[in-house]
Amino acid sequence: MSTVPRFWRHISQRYNLVGTHCSKCDEYYYPPRTICPNCRRTAQMEDHKFKGKGTVITYTTIYNATDDFKRQTPYNLAIIELDEGPRLTGQVICSPNEIEIGMKVKPVFRILGKEGDRGIIYYGTKFVPVEGSVQPITL
Amino acid sequence: MRSVSIIGAGCTRFGERWEDSLRDLVVETGIMALEDSNVSGEEIDGLYVGNMSGGRFVEQEHIGALISDCAGLSRLHVPSTRVEAACASGGLALRQAVLAVASGYSDVVIAAGVEKMTDVTGGVAADALAAAADREWECFFGATFPALYAMIARLHMHRYGTTREELAQVAVKNHHNGSMNPISQYQMEITVEKVLRSPLVADPLRVLDCSPITDGAAAVVLVPTKIAHKYSDAPIKILATAQASDTLALHDRRNITTLDATVHAAKKAFGQAGLERKDIDLAEVHDAFTIGEIAAIEDLGFVEKGEGGKAAEEGLTWIGGKLPINTSGGLKACGHPVGATGIKQAYEMVLQLRGEAGKRQVEGAKVGLTHNVGGCGGTALVHILSR
Repeated sequence: MSTVPRFWRHISQRYNLVGTHCSKCDEYYYPPRTICPNCRRTAQMEDHKFKGKGTVITYTTIYNATDDFKRQTPYNLAIIELDEGPRLTGQVICSPNEIEIGMKVKPVFRILGKEGDRGIIYYGTKFVPVEGSVQPITL
Repeated sequence: MRSVSIIGAGCTRFGERWEDSLRDLVVETGIMALEDSNVSGEEIDGLYVGNMSGGRFVEQEHIGALISDCAGLSRLHVPSTRVEAACASGGLALRQAVLAVASGYSDVVIAAGVEKMTDVTGGVAADALAAAADREWECFFGATFPALYAMIARLHMHRYGTTREELAQVAVKNHHNGSMNPISQYQMEITVEKVLRSPLVADPLRVLDCSPITDGAAAVVLVPTKIAHKYSDAPIKILATAQASDTLALHDRRNITTLDATVHAAKKAFGQAGLERKDIDLAEVHDAFTIGEIAAIEDLGFVEKGEGGKAAEEGLTWIGGKLPINTSGGLKACGHPVGATGIKQAYEMVLQLRGEAGKRQVEGAKVGLTHNVGGCGGTALVHILSR
């Protein structure tokens, strides 16, 4: 069972999709990075709030989950490329038959999980399809 | 650097070893390796043990001291070090042991690996394994380990036309090999139909695409090649040891269907050994999931990127084919006690190169490669061995 700070620490990043941007090389990072892998110690990092719109790069539907997520099965998990460039892992709320590579998605605020009956309920961003959005993409 | 050889090897039977604890497994394999190598306790200069998560699986850390103690070496005060790189912990233990001998610091070193996984329930084991992925930015959102490999598989199928049947063929082949290996967790053959009818774990991967939860341990004994013949008539030389790392999270990779850590480790290993791909007679690769073997043979450079799916179906990677892969049964059929896997791969290679692999012997095997991955590619190790 975790303590509150473990979840509280990343509230702005997880609730509001705040990542980082290196103004030296103009690369965007989400999840946020403290050190830019391009510029390392010469980097100039600043916070950046992402719009959250993106494209499904690849996905799966999970039928067999860890204990914290068992009650949500089956659920879709995807790697999503945000319009600004970086990629993240997140759930896409739709039918397993509906999700496809190339689908456009947008963010929603949801409960992510519960640590058992007495533990912390934690929140963050999931994604939903943008209607009629599937386009062929070149990967 | 000194040339290093393996003079002895041991491996427990893999499986759900309910009667045995982590300590029992370590002792069993340690005795086998020492008897095989004719080494006495007083000669041992050091121990390295690969163990992913004693803390989660048996609530025991400090595995280094534990195994030295259980092996009866506590009064000799032999330095014993636990190393961890998730599912590549065993491969990393082997590398650390090789470096210790190659550097001249130690002469007789044991590389071991152990994992006792069935003392916890399935959900706890799945969560412990998920710790090899990015806890904060993958698992936090519901990622499991099979899910990450499923996303690699989905994109591989989308990009290269790899089929569901081709994935299944990897499991069919590895179960066939496992059925000829007495230590293998699964002794039964399976069919493509059986794989396709098994329950979904993370679409498109099904139960029979996944390596199982396994208890097991393995150990090898290393010495400088110069003195190897003092102990063994058939020492196995380590021609290369290479390791590479990459982003922890799959979503940060340059290319989701390529494990760059494998590509880099392979490049280094072939450079060290001064060999080409065609010089390799057989390989043990990291097939934690069927897509893992397909990506591995591509990333190691044995087939072109995108062509890995056809390999098992066309017979290339079967025993008797041009490049037999996972003659032990691989992680899929032989079992995957995570910390032990990298050492078990070396154990299988020792048997093959000595010509002691029985029904699954690759005729005329001279040079073999082992490939061990941590997480879904955050770490990769490649070793090349020869007789």
